[in-house]
Amino acid sequence: MNFHRSILTLAVAASLSGLGAWSASAQEADAPPRQTWSFHGPFGTYDPAQLQRGFKIYREVCSTCHSLKLLSFRNLAEPGGPGFTEAQAGAIAATFQVTAGPNDEGQMFQRPGQIADYFPPPFANDQAARAALGGKLPPDMSTLAKARGFEAGFPYFIFDFFTMYQEAGPDYIHAIITGYTDPPKDFVLPPGGQYNKYFPGNAIGMPKPLNDGQVEYTDGTPTTVDQYGRDVAAFLMWAAEPTLNARHRLGFQVMIFLLAFTVLLYLTKKKVWHYVLHDPELEKQRTSA
Amino acid sequence: MSGHATYQPQSGFMKWLERRLPIASLVYSSFIAYPTPRNLNYWWTFGGILTFMLGVQMITGIVLAMHYTPNVDLAFNSVESIMRDVNYGWLLRYIHASGASFFFLAVYIHMARGMYYGSYKEPREVLWILGVILFLLMIATGFMGYVLPWGQMSFWAATVITNLFSAIPGVGDPIVTWLWGGFAVGNPTLNRFFSLHYLLPFVIAGVVGLHIWALHVAGQNNPTGVEPKTEKDTVAFTPYATVKDAFFVGVFCLVYAWVVFYLPNYLMATDNYIPANPGQTPTHIVPEWYYLPFYAILRAIPNKLAGVCALGLSILVLAFLPWLDTSRVRSANYRPLYRQFLFLFFAAVIGLGYLGSQEPSGGYVIAARILAVYYFAFFFIILPVLGLVETTKPLPNSISESVLAKNKGATAPASGA
Repeated sequence: MNFHRSILTLAVAASLSGLGAWSASAQEADAPPRQTWSFHGPFGTYDPAQLQRGFKIYREVCSTCHSLKLLSFRNLAEPGGPGFTEAQAGAIAATFQVTAGPNDEGQMFQRPGQIADYFPPPFANDQAARAALGGKLPPDMSTLAKARGFEAGFPYFIFDFFTMYQEAGPDYIHAIITGYTDPPKDFVLPPGGQYNKYFPGNAIGMPKPLNDGQVEYTDGTPTTVDQYGRDVAAFLMWAAEPTLNARHRLGFQVMIFLLAFTVLLYLTKKKVWHYVLHDPELEKQRTSA
Repeated sequence: MSGHATYQPQSGFMKWLERRLPIASLVYSSFIAYPTPRNLNYWWTFGGILTFMLGVQMITGIVLAMHYTPNVDLAFNSVESIMRDVNYGWLLRYIHASGASFFFLAVYIHMARGMYYGSYKEPREVLWILGVILFLLMIATGFMGYVLPWGQMSFWAATVITNLFSAIPGVGDPIVTWLWGGFAVGNPTLNRFFSLHYLLPFVIAGVVGLHIWALHVAGQNNPTGVEPKTEKDTVAFTPYATVKDAFFVGVFCLVYAWVVFYLPNYLMATDNYIPANPGQTPTHIVPEWYYLPFYAILRAIPNKLAGVCALGLSILVLAFLPWLDTSRVRSANYRPLYRQFLFLFFAAVIGLGYLGSQEPSGGYVIAARILAVYYFAFFFIILPVLGLVETTKPLPNSISESVLAKNKGATAPASGA
């Protein structure tokens, strides 16, 4: 079909412009292993300590290249998040320089961040990011944990409905962080690419971001790549879905209400229909009334 | 009709109103005294569920529209701001986005029930055609709503679907330009989609009014397909149908809430959390699940114009169902052969849905072609022929006779004990 061919051509053209080109020819990426997450399931909540560790990784490592444009410093102190106090969130904000203005002279200027500010991006614009990073644009991380995933396909999507599996995104992020290995012998790595067994097409532009011991933890949590991946993925899940705790809490209340209400409706229905179905005498009265 | 008394205004005000606008007696005769067959099963509750879903979508949609910005540079972030900053915005959006899926789930069950029990047959042809119009309006509304968050899948779905019109010979390309309001999917496209997405639900509500009117003129069909003959065959709408409908709305809501609260992104494409980028095509452009069977039919045909025609025909053929089915027996319960072909048809639609979600290559294309052929053969060959050759089972004389026969079987062990 012409039209699908043209779409396909577009897709190929678009991917040729980046590293995605290898995704069309290379073998399928491995399925990201499913991890255990504190926010999984009907009573799942974020672990504030884990989110704080994940935030530390974002701040010290990811934020060098990745923006987090939709998040504000105030979010760090909001309920259901990393659990910083407002003073702490303000102090974190003050360590960032944000562009403000224009001032009375019409000039933009730099000032320390305030709690109401949004996380300043590492580059002034997408072009600046591309220019600095060999032509590749690191994706914004605000919705990344919901914008990535892995399709398990039939019949797994049926099981996932009942097990409430919604963590394909964080699983994928953890897998990418831990998925840097030596390429197989016959794999031709494109220039500027790194081999990652979980990345579609296996050639990822991002160099291995985290190594054992790279980010210091003060709470005794092991400083391994595996743990870093878990923590930063949890943080990014929170960044993408900051209202998850509230959703799970309200969900339970709604389910209990609906269950009780539906049972009552069923009993009412049974009572109302009783004469029609089981009592011919009363039924006779009804129809001759 | 003594059992279904007409409305008698009691208070002075209601008597005064009744002489000027008999709205109370309209409500009374339509939703209280209205006789409904006593043997309706739970498949008949989906009309009520659909009305409920339309209400849910309109209420959440109107509030969402208060916070949404239909501009290509702002739309994605305004939806994210609803999710993050608006009080219970996440709840409204997840109810609305999952609501589309549940609306379609309900309409497919409603349509399947109509096909199984022959609810489209004389004298319910107009009722059925109004239903097909409602389905078309739902498809259009759902599609335009999906474009509004302006994620990658929104943008590319809009591009793919509007491009279908370019298949029309001669005027195809000008029509597509006219639909877009430009030379590509852009801000004018988003603006008009928002406008129409807000308008069409009210059109749907109007046609629902006609649909219910036609229903109340012809009366409801029932599992036997035998028209009610005496008062024994019917019960009053209230309380019998209302309480039954309400119960099943509750059951439906339990499943719906499961998705809204625990699996809100289960039915959403991950790509739609990436802001729209006209320069980058997603690797797989897949429509929402409820369009997949039709999408599979479109892709099964190796010619664009023919594919688009088949897509259109696959939906429009439903409107001709009352005349394609030549059998005078309504319910599939009494049509053993039709029943088997119909279940095969349902399986083919589900199979097409699965194939629509897969890459169109190799065996998948062949399978989609086979199923598409069956889809059309069912309407154009099987239905007309079957009605003429099928030996049907004997119909009960009346609804109450079939109910009594059923109850006897059910109550026999109880009386013996």
